Amino acid sequence: MKKIFERPASLKNVPTHYCSGCGHSIVHRLLCEVIDELGIREDVIAVCPVGCAVIAYEYWDFDCSEAPHGRTPCVATGIKRTHPDKIVFSYQGDGDLAAIGTSEIIHTANRGENITVFFINNGVYGMTNGQMAPTTLIGQKTSTSIKGRDPVRDGYPIKMSELLAQLPGAKYIERVTVSNPANILKAKAAIRKALKNQMEGKGFSLVEVLSPCPTYWGLSPKDAYRRIDDELTKHFPLGVIKDI
Amino acid sequence: MAKIMMCGNEVIGEAAVHAGCTFYAGYPITPQNELTHYMSFRMQEAGGTFIQAESELAAINLVFGAAAAGARAMTSSSSPGISLKQEGISYMAACQLPAVIVNMMRGGPGLGNIAPSQADYFQATRGGGHGDYRTIVLAPSTVEEAWDLTHLAFDLADEYRTPVMILGDGILGQMMEPVEAVRRHLHGKGTGLNPNKPWALTGCKGRKPNVIKSLLLGEGELEELNRILQIKYGKIESKEPRFESLYTEDSDLVIVAYGTTSRIVRSAISKARREHLHVGMFRPVTLWPFPETQLQKLARKTKAFLVVEMSAGQMVEDVRLSILGQRPIHFHGRAGGGVPTEETIVEMIRDILKPRSKKRVYA
Amino acid sequence: MKEEIIFAGFGGQGIMVMGKVLAWAAMKEGLKVTWMPSYGAEVRGGTAHSMVVISDEMVPSPVISSPTACVVMNRPSMDRYEDTITPSGTLVMNATLIDRSPSRNDIDVLRIPATEMATDMGNTRCANMIVLGALNAKLKIVSMRALIDALKDVISPDKQDLIPINEEALKEGARLVARQ
Repeated sequence: MKKIFERPASLKNVPTHYCSGCGHSIVHRLLCEVIDELGIREDVIAVCPVGCAVIAYEYWDFDCSEAPHGRTPCVATGIKRTHPDKIVFSYQGDGDLAAIGTSEIIHTANRGENITVFFINNGVYGMTNGQMAPTTLIGQKTSTSIKGRDPVRDGYPIKMSELLAQLPGAKYIERVTVSNPANILKAKAAIRKALKNQMEGKGFSLVEVLSPCPTYWGLSPKDAYRRIDDELTKHFPLGVIKDI
Repeated sequence: MAKIMMCGNEVIGEAAVHAGCTFYAGYPITPQNELTHYMSFRMQEAGGTFIQAESELAAINLVFGAAAAGARAMTSSSSPGISLKQEGISYMAACQLPAVIVNMMRGGPGLGNIAPSQADYFQATRGGGHGDYRTIVLAPSTVEEAWDLTHLAFDLADEYRTPVMILGDGILGQMMEPVEAVRRHLHGKGTGLNPNKPWALTGCKGRKPNVIKSLLLGEGELEELNRILQIKYGKIESKEPRFESLYTEDSDLVIVAYGTTSRIVRSAISKARREHLHVGMFRPVTLWPFPETQLQKLARKTKAFLVVEMSAGQMVEDVRLSILGQRPIHFHGRAGGGVPTEETIVEMIRDILKPRSKKRVYA
Repeated sequence: MKEEIIFAGFGGQGIMVMGKVLAWAAMKEGLKVTWMPSYGAEVRGGTAHSMVVISDEMVPSPVISSPTACVVMNRPSMDRYEDTITPSGTLVMNATLIDRSPSRNDIDVLRIPATEMATDMGNTRCANMIVLGALNAKLKIVSMRALIDALKDVISPDKQDLIPINEEALKEGARLVARQ
């Protein structure tokens, strides 16, 4: 019998710690599928964030480093500059990339580092019990905005992809989601393009993935996926933001 | 052999290139800027990487990445910038990554001033960041010694897989002294070789994936890492203490000083010796590991100790821990960028060895 | 032999260069030497000093508190350093810019109208080398040849066309001392 679906070789055969319905599992799989398809597993070096994906190296079967919170693109840059022939990516959440590591991601993009960044935006801090993120929507309830995010007190949800797109060093930025099978296929295409850009020496590429957090959105997985399409994409529109 | 004048900052840069450093990241701060300037063109000439980082946080983590990838990597800063780098240093100690960090100390606390200081001794020798770790700390006192200790720093970092700090001050960084001319403009990649690093991240071709991490959530895992680190630190403490002693064989008073301060003390000692005062000097070259046993031995021979520092009294605590109350320990320190003068030190030597009255007490 | 010399003046008067030229020259003659700058936040206009210690033995401290000689290029430097000079030490003063006489009578004083002489030579900025030439002629620390050689090392590659006038300035300062 012909096998038509299997676990990617780059993805270890172990259960993950992610909550049911979490978007990380989908993105991990997509990444590993693309890495297998591009045949680069032995050339990849990943930098994992602080946040829910902190132990992604337990699931990925290639070289990985951790990084202090937010310094993920710096560690990736140090690795890439040392091994320019390897494929180096950072995998970052919204706390890592849009809060504590804002400076690092901006300057990494601005230097046009030839690395790839996967930015998983679920608008909440999952690992530390659901606090507000810089990308939390107005009115969204979190454990540090129990009446809903109030722009007067808390400021506005930040659009990192649009912000980074202003920088000449950033070559490719696209926002995708994994809310349904069609979107998952688009997300995979973006992941592939971002890694291929690096292989071709094109420079800084970033894929932002709007990802569900059923646990801290207080929704069932099904409703969480629906919320992405109904609410998140209104503030964070999908599509190519920059491609030069 | 022909000589040229170089400042401490430049010599450290050249020595790093010679030792095989291929990655430097830094952020400008006085009084270490000459090193950043130097590396900006020398790394390029030597085929390495120079990055002017957006912050000290970025600089140390760029170095983290390069070290994880197996490069000999260095960053430099001065006191306030080193405070920012402590996050990365703690992570590197935990991940057992080798790197060299240069701190040309300036007056503190806070933004302080840009005058020379030795007030980061505690921070340097006690780890500096969070968690139970130490960094090897080397304290050159001359430009020539800065050359040697920079090489040693890279070697020790690789041997023990641990961050090593070169601790100088504004004077050492800025002053020029003659060095062998051959040491400048060694075009090419430098002669130092990167030792084999099987743990480094190089892509997993032909081996199992390597992971660099310090997050250990499993029961007992972090305790085990700490046990391994402590065994390593114990080995460093027994094998690596370095020091210089001057006239300690016949001295009634031994002055303990390091770095630039030890040079001022050396001048004071020459003067005092002309007055037939039996005074000598013990100069720790490694501040961690502190040459405790070696200093302790002197307690049997000498009558008293005097510690001189450009701080309100930091190394003096290590001297006390070494001497354990066996002899009186006097202290003279200038904090906030003040530099001890030869005259004051000579006067203290006279007062301790030939007290004319009891009114002056140093403690 | 041990000389501890402080050079002081406004930033921009070539205070660092003066010390460096002497330090390089001393090194070329096989002497032990240290050169230490003041490294204030100011680059132009503020007060600056550099300290040079020259000895036939290893130089312990590069920090000078009682200089054997002091070169002062302006009034604030004279006010600050005159009293620190060791008894029977030497004070070299830029008489063009310093409008008072020294108060010490236990030191040797060389009054050099350096800025005026430099202006006459066609470049005010070589006043520093006139004074250095005079200082060296007085104290006989190094040969004129070594000083001139040192100019090549200290003056940056893109300004080497300034070497002839600086060389002339060194000689002019030395000649003035010979005449005095």
